[in-house]
Amino acid sequence: MSAIKSNKTSGTKTIKVDYLARVEGEGSLFVKVKGGAVKDVKLKIFEPPRFFEAFLRGRDFREAPDITARICGICPIAYLLGSSQAMEDACGVQVAGPLRDLRRLIYCGEWIESHALHIYMLHAPDFLGYQDAIRMAQDHPEYVKRGLRLKKIGNAIMEVIGGREIHPVNLKIGGFYKAPTKKELNTLVEELKWGVDAALETVKWVATFPFPDFEQDYEFVALRHPDEYAITEGRLISNKGIDAPIKEYDHHLIEEQVAHSTSLHTKVRDRGACFLGPLARYSLNFDKLSPLAQETAKEVGLGQVCANPFKSIIVRAVELLYVYEESLRLIQNYETPDRPALEITPRPGKGYGATEAPRGICYHRYTIDEKGTIMDAKIVSPTAVNQPTIENDLRNYIPSNLDLPDDQLQWQCEQAVRNYDPCISCSTHFLKLNIEREA
Amino acid sequence: MNRFTLIGVGNQYRRDDGAGWEIAERIKAKALPDVEVIMASGEGAALMESMQGKKHVILFDAVCSGAQPGSIFKFDARAERIPGNFFNYSTHAFSVAEAVELARTLDSLPEKLLVFGIEGEDFGSGPGLSESVKQAVWQVVEEAAGLIQEQRFHNDKAEPNCA
Repeated sequence: MSAIKSNKTSGTKTIKVDYLARVEGEGSLFVKVKGGAVKDVKLKIFEPPRFFEAFLRGRDFREAPDITARICGICPIAYLLGSSQAMEDACGVQVAGPLRDLRRLIYCGEWIESHALHIYMLHAPDFLGYQDAIRMAQDHPEYVKRGLRLKKIGNAIMEVIGGREIHPVNLKIGGFYKAPTKKELNTLVEELKWGVDAALETVKWVATFPFPDFEQDYEFVALRHPDEYAITEGRLISNKGIDAPIKEYDHHLIEEQVAHSTSLHTKVRDRGACFLGPLARYSLNFDKLSPLAQETAKEVGLGQVCANPFKSIIVRAVELLYVYEESLRLIQNYETPDRPALEITPRPGKGYGATEAPRGICYHRYTIDEKGTIMDAKIVSPTAVNQPTIENDLRNYIPSNLDLPDDQLQWQCEQAVRNYDPCISCSTHFLKLNIEREA
Repeated sequence: MNRFTLIGVGNQYRRDDGAGWEIAERIKAKALPDVEVIMASGEGAALMESMQGKKHVILFDAVCSGAQPGSIFKFDARAERIPGNFFNYSTHAFSVAEAVELARTLDSLPEKLLVFGIEGEDFGSGPGLSESVKQAVWQVVEEAAGLIQEQRFHNDKAEPNCA
């Protein structure tokens, strides 16, 4: 439900949107504007915390992947893999070779599913002036069909490797319950080849959208790997000086409670908000993209750094192109491993794991005892970390757009939130939008 | 290809949101011939794929429309639009109603699509259905199984009703 309220006596104006559409989950956004300045912005998250971290305590370390995967149906691999790697770290084991490649491949599947959905079904309607993808499909069925086919290939990768597209069941600490054969993976090749071309067209298509001129001085934080565009692992880096192994995450990124949200907020130690996700990854790791992805980005006018969050749709499309190519490469080089998983024997200690979920770094830290019982758990989703940055964007974007009619301003505020593809289910929870305007 | 595809939508760990799965599981246990049963989270694009090219699809999901908990709604989705305020209880940005309407726009609905909705009472965390929803689940299982067994699903009347 939406409402726009003006109070002439007090000079206040409130724009209220009870349910912000096209985001994963539900919450609300409150914006107060007075005398041409933004007085307050709060991204409010209502759904009570899920206590995942608490109910992991006392469970066996092998249970963490399947339990944490339930945090999100959109990005279960971020939880399956992040928790697995953290446990492997605690036990002193590193998964390499074809098993690592398979993990990267299924993660490409998750990126494909998530990015194709967000670009075509959730974000493109904003730029083309449609209320939703259904109305967009009436005028542009060919785009929507292309988006759905692109997404479907991601589902297919998840199914072939993970056993099913939502909440895959084939991943475990140490690897997989069963490794797919090369023949099984080869069934994906033709569609992936189509996908590379379709993703290329996607980049060119979204680059023609109208973008507000809005660049910010963000602290981009992403993983970086020496040999590849980081997805499954890497060092924690930022454009303002962080360069650390993932076990130092808690030293650099501090969580704090805020009264208006059940999701914890994250700040960079001694600085402020940071930005996770496609823009951060792209701007910090452009040189690790494939030649085709780099070339295509340049061709559509995207620099090596992109600080306009509205252009995240182009960056997501470039990443989509990259993961399509990467999936093909991984399948081409794949040899069925001798065994589907490494044996892991528990030992007491602390383990850290971080991967690049479609929306940014998803961090896991666990302490286990000698039997492998979980003593302590910490999980940080990228949307939770991005919350203060989303609020800052609105604080900085609204003042220069106050002359817009209320409905357009509200639309652009919602769009500014959707730039982050927030997964509120992951970050704790559920989005609604209120703008209070005081003249 | 199986003649009937049953799709249970929902989340077993959000109380009454598990109604769709419960119905689908119970009908699956009856092992009716020519019936395929799919458990779905309700994510729209995957749902469209599950329905595409199918003959007769029956979809079950919990609804949150403000009606009496346990109320049963039935829609012949080829004959009528799914009301926008139905099937909204989902953390997915693109869910059941959108999937059905987008499939309609793209002319990819199954030959027949019947949608059952059960009004939920409690969508809190945890497993288990409310008493009112359990009753409704039982009714829907019997009705849907009856429709399949008698193979009269395709002749079913289009009118939505609230039991």
